[in-house]
Formats: sequence, structure tokens, C-alpha cells
Amino acid sequence: MSYNARIPRRWISQDAPQATSLMRFTLTSVWSPINGFLEWFGELGVFVWQVMRAAVRRPFEGRELIRQLDEVGSKSLPLVALAGAAIGAVLALESRYSLVRFGAKSMLPAAIVFSIIHETGPIVTGLVVSGRVGAGIGAELGSMKVTEQIDAIEASGVNPYKLLAFTRILACILMLPLLTLAADFCGVAVGWIVDTLAEPISFHKFLHAGFAGASFSDFLAPTFRTAVFGLIIGMIACFQGMRSEGGTEGVGRSATSSVVLSSLFVILADVILVKLILVFFP
Amino acid sequence: MMHSDQAVTLRMTKGSDKHAIENTEWNTANPAVVLRSLHKSFGAQRVLDGIDLAVGSGETLAVLGRSGSGKSVLLKLIIGLQKPDSGSIRIHGQEITSSNVEAVNDIRKTMGFLFQHAALYDSLTVEENVAFPLRRNTKMTTSERGDRIKELLAGVGMEGELKKMPGDLSGGMQKRVGLARALALEPDILLLDEPTAGLDPITSREIDELILKLQEERDVASIVVTHDLHSAKVIADRIVLLHQGNAVIEGTFEELERSDDEFVAEFFKHDS
Repeated sequence: MSYNARIPRRWISQDAPQATSLMRFTLTSVWSPINGFLEWFGELGVFVWQVMRAAVRRPFEGRELIRQLDEVGSKSLPLVALAGAAIGAVLALESRYSLVRFGAKSMLPAAIVFSIIHETGPIVTGLVVSGRVGAGIGAELGSMKVTEQIDAIEASGVNPYKLLAFTRILACILMLPLLTLAADFCGVAVGWIVDTLAEPISFHKFLHAGFAGASFSDFLAPTFRTAVFGLIIGMIACFQGMRSEGGTEGVGRSATSSVVLSSLFVILADVILVKLILVFFP
Repeated sequence: MMHSDQAVTLRMTKGSDKHAIENTEWNTANPAVVLRSLHKSFGAQRVLDGIDLAVGSGETLAVLGRSGSGKSVLLKLIIGLQKPDSGSIRIHGQEITSSNVEAVNDIRKTMGFLFQHAALYDSLTVEENVAFPLRRNTKMTTSERGDRIKELLAGVGMEGELKKMPGDLSGGMQKRVGLARALALEPDILLLDEPTAGLDPITSREIDELILKLQEERDVASIVVTHDLHSAKVIADRIVLLHQGNAVIEGTFEELERSDDEFVAEFFKHDS
């Protein structure tokens, strides 16, 4: 008697998937998201190429660039400054608690300054801007796409990749380092205020102790790596906005995906850039 | 406008399962737009299946068809906003399907496009919307541009709304501003996507009169996509009816109206 003969026939459903179709189903389930991801990257590559081609041709859209510098820079400043200040306060409180326990209270200004200018200032600025600006660009361009305004620009003989995308990307690249400086300053200033409330110290002494062992490269490389964050935020937000479809729902999806993807890629880029900075600016 | 005796005679042939125009002879000596064997699909959906059309300078062609028959896609292909899967699009003799972006942009400057929902830039005022193509594509001084904007807006009866935002305008007013913007660069070819859709009959007739006035004043080749049979009758020299990706019949309004073809008769049945 064969093995199959012992299985009652009613147990074997006629609808049960065969081994080959089960394998095909599994492969499709695995391949589909990978395929979607690769397709997204391919389209992003084409988009970047079109923006780069448009960027080197006249006119250079100075008016629109200034408008975007204001939109990305000035309007993000209060939020970035507040986030920097909050991080400074938290760092001062946490560091004091830890350093006092280990008898290294004198290292407190250096701990606050170093952690702010090296990591927390740049990454907090990157994430705050990816939230505010990424969502704004994604929603604005998405809305323009679904209402055919981008088509209308193109129909006027104007390249939308330059007018809309390049100006926003460049504004993000230029403004992120400046916003990071603002976040760093607010973080250090509020760190000093919190520290001086617990144990009075002049701002001059605090800064002197904080920057005692620091060189210019400690400050320069971490600050300017945010230009890469700006590139990522601008590029992803413009890309997601300009490929938006499906009415208001599509605009919502573009705004959300702009924030999620740009934040994710900012964090991933941070990991790589920190390693590179440690290698090239030891 | 072309006279009716210049218009093409009714051409319609019955294929095995669909009607199609065969051996089309262009009625225009100087065609501004020529489309040949134009195919366009979106995924599995075949939207245009070998369209052949020609529109001469000074001629107005109305494109009719059911919703989703590819009328708007046809206009977007002509202005290069979408690429055809195959076929040829010639604007004043220049092939645009194989031209580079810069060449297509230069051709676009000779065309005006009125979008179905006007597509006004919602962050710009009415004045700035009309100024947009002028600022980008001409070397006009500020005062020259200002005068031109006022002239264009006066032409569509919107001269008093310069500083208004598009969101503050009604649908009809947006269409008028869109038309003024489309005419800003004095185009040789005008593409109008449902210029009277969603408008009340009075505003629709006003838009029709505006288009007729333009035809009288300037030698513009116009392609008008519309569902409005009355509008097509008033403004068009020639009408083409799209069905299942093909131009099934072409002729004057009266010729199409007299057609005994089932689909054409059904389409024109409600016109009275």
C-alpha cells in the first residue's frame, strides 16, 4: 500500500495549491516588493539625470531659487532652533547626571558641545527639515501634478525639472548647513543655561571649556555633511511629488512618502557619512 | 474659419469589426498639425489605435468621443506632454516624436494649451498666471508685459480681476484666464481641452464666442476636444469622432448629423 493510500481522499482538497503554484506564489510574494524597490530606484535615477541635465542649461531661475531659500531656510529656522534648544537642554540634564556619577563633572561643557556639533545638531536638523520641508515639497508638487499645473508649465516651454525640482533641491543643499549652525548655537546656548542653573558658570568659560580640545575639522565636516541631507531631502521630496497620481489621496501619499523616505535615507546616509568623516578627518 | 466647401467630405469605411478611416487625403494645403498612425496604450488599455489626422492653418477641428476615448491624450501627445508608442506627429512639418527636449520646447512656444480644468498656478495671481509664459519666453519690458496682460485679459473679459487668486474665481472665470494664458505667446496652434465642460450654457456660449472671435482675428489652427455638440457645431469647420482608439468618422457637423452609422447616430441623437 502506498503512502498516499492511507490519506482519506476528503482530506485532500481539490482547491489545495499544487507544489509548483505554491512556489510561484512564494516567489511572486518575495519578488514583487524587490521589483517595486528596484523600479523606484530606476525611476529616481532617471529623475536625477533629468534634473542634472536641466540644471546646467540657462536660464538659472534665480527668482525661484531665492523664494525657495526663504521657504526652506527662513521658515524652518524657528522649528530647527527650538529642536536644537530642546536637545541642548536634554543633553545638559542627562550628561550632568551621568558625569557627576563618574566624577567627570568638569567634562560637562565638552560633552554637550561635542555631542551637539558632531551628531545631535546635524541629525536633528536633518530630521526636522525632512519632516517640515519634505512634506511641504511632496504635497505642493503632488498637488501641482494632479491639477495639471506641472503639465501647464511644460506646455509653456519651461522645463519643470529646473523650475520646480532643481531650485528646491539646491535650496535644501544650501540651507541645511546654515540651519544646522542655528540648531548647534541654540543647543549649546540652552545647554549652558540648564548647566548654569544647576551650577553657575559664565558663557565664556562654558564655551572655552567646551571647545578646548576641538579643532576646526570637528566642526566643519559634521556641519557640511548636512548638505548631503539637504540633497537627499530635496531630491526624494521632489521626486515623490512629481510622480504623484490619483487626486487628493495621491497628494497625501506623496507627502507621507516624502517624509518617511527622506527621513529614512537621512539616517542611513548619516551612518555612512559618520564613518567617512572618521576616516578622512580623524 | 474655413468655408464648408473647403471641408473634407464624409469619409467612413466599415472594417470587419470596427469603422476606420482609410486612404485619408489631407484637405489642407498647409497643415499645421499632421498625425500619422498614432498609437498609445496605458498598460493593457489601448487608447489610440493608429489615428491619422491633419489640421490646417486657420482651421478648427473638433474632436468628439465618449469619455475615455483618448481625446485629451491626443492633445497631450500633440504638445509633447506624453510620448506615443508609435506613429508620427508633425508640427509645421517638424517631427516632434524624435526631437530633443529643447526642440520640443521651442515648438511648444508656438502652441497654446487650455487645460480641461484650466490648470492655473494656484500660488500666482491672475496677472502672474498670464505673465508666466511672457516672462519665460519673451524679452518684453515690465511695462510692455503689463500692457500685453491687460490686452489679453480684456480679450476674455477678465481685465478687472488682475490681482485675484485662481481659488477666488469661478470655473468659467478660470477657463477665461486659462485661455488668456494660452494666447499669451500668440500661438499658431491652439489646443483646447473641453473649453466649455462644467460651465453653464451662457458662459459656454461666451467661451464659444471668444474662440470664434480668435478665429476671425488670427489664422490659428485649433483642435478642440469637447463633449458639447452645440459648441462643436458653432466653432468647428470639421469634426472627427473617436471610438475605440480610432477616428471612426470625419466631416462637417451636418454631414456627421446625417450619418446613418449606428454609433454616430447614437452620439448625435441627443443634439436638438
